[in-house]
Amino acid sequence: MNDATDPSLEFGPYGGRYVAETLMPAVQALGEAWREAWPDEGFRAQYRRILAEYVGRPSPLTPAPRLAERIGAARVLLKREDLNHTGSHKINNCVGQVLLARRLGKTRIIAETGAGQHGVATATVCAYFGLPCVVYMGAVDVERQALNVFRMRLLGAQVVPVHAGSATLKDAINEALRDWVANVDSTHYLIGSVMGPDPYPTMVRELHRVIGEEARAQCLRLTGELPDVVVACVGGGSNAMGIFSGFLDDPGVALVGVEAAGEGLQGKHAATMSKGALGIYHGMRSLVLQDEDGQLQEAHSISAGLDYPGVGPEHAWLRHTGRARYLSVTDDEALEGLRLLSRTEGIIPALETAHAVAALRGLAQEDPSRTLLLNVSGRGDKDMHTVMARHDASGEEEQR
Amino acid sequence: MSGGDEERSRIDEVFAACRAQRRAALVGYLTALDPGREQSLARLRAAVEAGVDVLELGVPFSDPTADGPVVQGAMTRALAAGATLAGVLELAAELRAGWDGPIVLFSYANPLLRLGPAIGERLAAAGIDAVLVVDLPPEHAPELRAPVEAAGVGWVSLVAPTTPASRLPAVARSASAFVYAVALRGVTGATLEIDEELVARLDAIRAHTARPVAVGFGVREPAQAAALAPYVDGVVVGSAFIEAAEQGPAALAAKVSAIRAALTREGEAAR
Repeated sequence: MNDATDPSLEFGPYGGRYVAETLMPAVQALGEAWREAWPDEGFRAQYRRILAEYVGRPSPLTPAPRLAERIGAARVLLKREDLNHTGSHKINNCVGQVLLARRLGKTRIIAETGAGQHGVATATVCAYFGLPCVVYMGAVDVERQALNVFRMRLLGAQVVPVHAGSATLKDAINEALRDWVANVDSTHYLIGSVMGPDPYPTMVRELHRVIGEEARAQCLRLTGELPDVVVACVGGGSNAMGIFSGFLDDPGVALVGVEAAGEGLQGKHAATMSKGALGIYHGMRSLVLQDEDGQLQEAHSISAGLDYPGVGPEHAWLRHTGRARYLSVTDDEALEGLRLLSRTEGIIPALETAHAVAALRGLAQEDPSRTLLLNVSGRGDKDMHTVMARHDASGEEEQR
Repeated sequence: MSGGDEERSRIDEVFAACRAQRRAALVGYLTALDPGREQSLARLRAAVEAGVDVLELGVPFSDPTADGPVVQGAMTRALAAGATLAGVLELAAELRAGWDGPIVLFSYANPLLRLGPAIGERLAAAGIDAVLVVDLPPEHAPELRAPVEAAGVGWVSLVAPTTPASRLPAVARSASAFVYAVALRGVTGATLEIDEELVARLDAIRAHTARPVAVGFGVREPAQAAALAPYVDGVVVGSAFIEAAEQGPAALAAKVSAIRAALTREGEAAR
């Protein structure tokens, strides 16, 4: 063991494996298995085959001319992860991790979920492989994402509501970690974002890299050039890391992450990059919303998937180095973004994605000549209850 | 006894004294400031008067992922009553004024990180003898261990049932105060059964460290403590004490006395 700099801090001062000793061997074994499997052509071929045959990849790149005109941008392109099986990008990661869990001989899968998209994707892939699946979900999220809870149960997963703490995503992760500690020999913990102890942040990014690689090739084919700006929403940050990873080596492409400002940065929010401080939380060293005494603060967002007080360590690093920048968007602005994409392009995005949509107008105003590439991380069906509760339930809008 | 020029630590003194009395030391865990300052102080005093040898004082944390429902509940109550790390250290200092036994601070890493480089002096000034950081494995320990040990405060290392033989030497050696052997897979508050695997594991740990070895997680009843006592230097009890304390200091004292009485090694009873 080395008392010097720890190599598992992969992202400058961020990353690491801050877990209880009981989990340390499992995390190390997972890291070794991952680093062995990912370069293995057999493993890679199986992963790609399932993405093609079952998930429906590649997902299309859709030009959005009416949206571009409305916000004053030269061009907007949409990467359509909402068209994947189960309705979001989450399934890319689930396929890869379940394949890895099988390689490790694990016979049971557990997961946390916020919006329910990761839970549904996990339950789906577990059904596909015939593996038992337990999904932990904050009781508040169980309430606001009832449709996804029903979908998970229909797929044969056991959904466990978590009442502790703020009863949202962070508490679901706490409970999943407790389950993992108790059942570590038989169980794989399928973390749904680029967060947690190494190897998860790297592994989950790599399993979503397909988003960025496809989008880059599609954009070149369609327009003959790279996009100027790539935009994605950030909770833990998996869809953003997925699409960013295709463009990290293209210095001319600006990367923009959009966080949830909730009721505003002076009130309740989930803007970890804007308001967080360095901390150790959920197995990683990263930015965390916390008070001066090191206690985690409750995050707030209308979008359950962004309602998390931490962020993946690589995002903290990309912000640190200046390679990416991070904006924040309030609940109300996100609802506006949801309506904007629905009305201009006939695509109802998830509330998470709606945050990134809402940031487009400002980016267009900075420089109207640019091509903006937006990752449409998920579709909005699951959020209709939440949106209805905030608006006139008739669904009618003022005409514009 | 010592004769050396280095003063022996309170932790060493207590384990040596227990060894002389042919019993295992009782390491008692309570969450600091649960359910509030005055009641917490009364409980801590009741526990040490009733026979806790080493007090393990828990720092309340909002997200205690290694703890079961009993400790989580205690931490939630303490935080609701306004607990802070400064408050915990102040409580320790007040207890220290009337008690000379060792105090081990149990914490998650994040609250301790906020103390910055002054952490060692802050802990030493509060009369803390050692620190146990549950989510800081040896690979990451130096960032806190170095400033803590520089101030003369000891480090407790956790060995888990899942710790492989290849990893054991480094983990065991990283302990400067004592080794805390986690008896079972799972969170605090589960129920332990003592088996040959556990006994073999304890032998393996001792092969790599001369420091005392205490066992915890899942010890709730005197019979379990009695069964463990022949094999260990210390037995850690936490959730069962928190549950007893909720019935008041007298109930806690009774639980402490019952477990303490069970720690004398059979056939070796001291006069």
